[in-house]
Amino acid sequence: MGLFDRIKQAFGGSSPEAETPAVEKYDAGLEKSRSTFGERLNTLFANFRTVDEDFFDDLEEMLIGADVGYETAVRLSDELRESVKLHNAKKPEDVARVIVGKLVDLYGEAGAQEDNTLHYATSGPTVFLFVGVNGAGKTTTIGKLAHQLQAEGKSVLLAAADTFRAAAIEQLQEWGRRDNVPVVATQAGGDPAAVVYDAVQRAKADQVDVLLVDTAGRLQNKVNLMKELDKIKRVIVRELPDAPQEVLLVLDATTGQNALSQAKEFNQTTSISGIVLTKLDGSGKGGIVLAIRNELHVPVKLVGLGEGMDDLQAFDPNKFVYGLFKGLIDVPADD
Amino acid sequence: MAFEGLSERLQKAFAGLRRKGKVTEADVRDTMREIRLALLEADVNFGVVKDFVKSVRDKALGAEVLESLTPGQQIIKIVNDELVATMGEAAVPLNKSPHIPTIIMMVGLQGAGKTTTVGKLSKYLIETQKARPLLIAADVYRPAAIDQLQVVGQSVGVPVFEMGTDTDPREIVRQGLAQADLQHNDYVIIDTAGRLQIDEKLMTELTDIKAIAQPTEILLVVDSMTGQAATDVAKGFNDQLDLTGVVLTKLDGDTRGGAALSIRKVTGKPIKFIGQGEKMDALDVFYPDRMANRILGMGDMLTLIDKAQKNFDEKQAMEVAEKIKENSFDFNDFLDQMDQVSSMGSFDEIMKMIPGLANNPAMKNFHVDPKDIAHQKAIVYSMTPAEREDPDLLNPSRRRRIAAGAGRPIVEVNRMIKQFNQSKQMMSQMYKGNFAGMEGMMGGGIQGRLGKMAMNNMIRKQKKNKKKRLKNVKRFKS
Repeated sequence: MGLFDRIKQAFGGSSPEAETPAVEKYDAGLEKSRSTFGERLNTLFANFRTVDEDFFDDLEEMLIGADVGYETAVRLSDELRESVKLHNAKKPEDVARVIVGKLVDLYGEAGAQEDNTLHYATSGPTVFLFVGVNGAGKTTTIGKLAHQLQAEGKSVLLAAADTFRAAAIEQLQEWGRRDNVPVVATQAGGDPAAVVYDAVQRAKADQVDVLLVDTAGRLQNKVNLMKELDKIKRVIVRELPDAPQEVLLVLDATTGQNALSQAKEFNQTTSISGIVLTKLDGSGKGGIVLAIRNELHVPVKLVGLGEGMDDLQAFDPNKFVYGLFKGLIDVPADD
Repeated sequence: MAFEGLSERLQKAFAGLRRKGKVTEADVRDTMREIRLALLEADVNFGVVKDFVKSVRDKALGAEVLESLTPGQQIIKIVNDELVATMGEAAVPLNKSPHIPTIIMMVGLQGAGKTTTVGKLSKYLIETQKARPLLIAADVYRPAAIDQLQVVGQSVGVPVFEMGTDTDPREIVRQGLAQADLQHNDYVIIDTAGRLQIDEKLMTELTDIKAIAQPTEILLVVDSMTGQAATDVAKGFNDQLDLTGVVLTKLDGDTRGGAALSIRKVTGKPIKFIGQGEKMDALDVFYPDRMANRILGMGDMLTLIDKAQKNFDEKQAMEVAEKIKENSFDFNDFLDQMDQVSSMGSFDEIMKMIPGLANNPAMKNFHVDPKDIAHQKAIVYSMTPAEREDPDLLNPSRRRRIAAGAGRPIVEVNRMIKQFNQSKQMMSQMYKGNFAGMEGMMGGGIQGRLGKMAMNNMIRKQKKNKKKRLKNVKRFKS
């Protein structure tokens, strides 16, 4: 019962206007994630009369199946084994209660000192560097973010440092036209670090508020491409010592365990400050967010929930947990 | 390299088994747990893992295995067979329409790599069948998607049919096909926009395009890094479009690529190609049996041999063989060797195909700069013809001159000469059938029975080829 108080407390602040558009959007966007994650848990509970080792084996498998990551899954099931013993829970409903409580705790614990906001420079231009593997959604994210920053009254400049992929520059320029934002670019095949240098100079000269740097997608095990990224960052730091204020790893939410390897490798090269989780509207699972938070302590800062201009949202862990566990919290509360 | 994590884990699970003479029930239980977790960790779908482990366990617990002399090997074989069976037995070729044009439709999620794959596939068709493909740009949604296809088309020399972004994709496809008819293109590849399999409006557009184009092939392009969602995606597209095949992209990353296993199992549709790099020639045919070998850490010998055969110029090979026979392997041959090796693919990739190296801990930190080979070549090119034929000539003064000529530090020249000497020694030893020297060369050597087995296999094949070559020489001379 302490659990439900806690959850109510956690979401109590937002409960009067709980169905605000933002929450609804999260709700709709996460419909799929929740149904698979929550339904699976419920099926699991329904199928077991008694709680034994097989139950925990299956629970472990299920957690891995939800993309939470192997280490997280094992840690969770071990801790749950302890708590179930401690609470002397025998009936599936009791176990369900303990498990949900544990998941919420874990979420809170990993995100205790987490900072989900984007940081801006106190004076001079702010630089956000976007990195990630091929096809994660870097350029689209920049296009959406530029639109939002523009709407907030900030002046924005885009740097097309993806000089490698076919028509990547044109893609960013098209976003620039839609958002009515200038784009610094060179011809395809040019030196990306040089583009970034030009963009930083121009941002300083024009007193631009925010510079968004688009880089080419690269797989994290390509040493030379990662070195190129390191060089890009060095150029920014040399020209603007406080920049980049954010290095954002753009991550496709449908990615499985490789997301951890991506975060680790990109973190080593550019020390990422946050994650943009894209395509969350289509992802079957939300588990990867648990894994990232528990194993890497890199906060998610933005989520992409659709293809529209306004479908990029600030990440709110509470809303996310609420969306993820909504069905579960309601189920035990009913009986 | 794909599946490396999986092979590491499986090898760990088998390491215990190898040492024992007999497999107990407890052993099987532990092994199965490792296999199960390894597959789950590799993003193999949940249900697939369950079935897989169950059938392996059933087979492994048979009396035959328990009474066998080498139970570890038996289990490895069972797992291998099961992996091959799950991924589909044989490599499935691209379907060809009885009348031209053969129409190929590419579908998939956003950012899976459809457009890049279209380019690679065109190049593949041109090279293997001298095809004259036409590309149709049906992605009118994503900014600059048409530009991207045009750039890709240009780089492989293939025309692109486009009507801008204001026309309905159905109409674009209709008119594109009409143009292909006029121009007698033998292949038409339709590049569609990325979409979610749950997006009803866009999925209807795809079914409409399918009705219009009546494609011979509908290929689903899937990012190999996809997690458990891969099966949902594949199932969603397959249910609505009845796919004919799958292309797995970005397999040159460090993903474990469990998606390969589950997609085939869930949809029953074959994986036809794998994308392994950003260059236009980085598209390979998918061989389930080879992939299974790779999972088991046996190295991808077949692919390596295949690549070697494709690239190895017979005449040059003969010359090298002759030289080795006389033990007069010189820098000219070294240069040839490097050319052949570099035309096989990136050096890291080739090294990892060699059995026992894929999961060798030393390989973790082993990176070969693609420019290394170029540098080494530059050094050889800076030698005089006399020096190339007689490496003993290389005194310090000559080495300094070579270093200056190649623009590399002298230490690198020295290292390269040392490497050459090792290579020379190895080649002569290998010819004599003694590869003790080679084991020393590869860090901790080639470990395990499996590795040795595969290594022997490679040497045997090489010898066979050599005999064939020498025979040819005789026939040629007489």
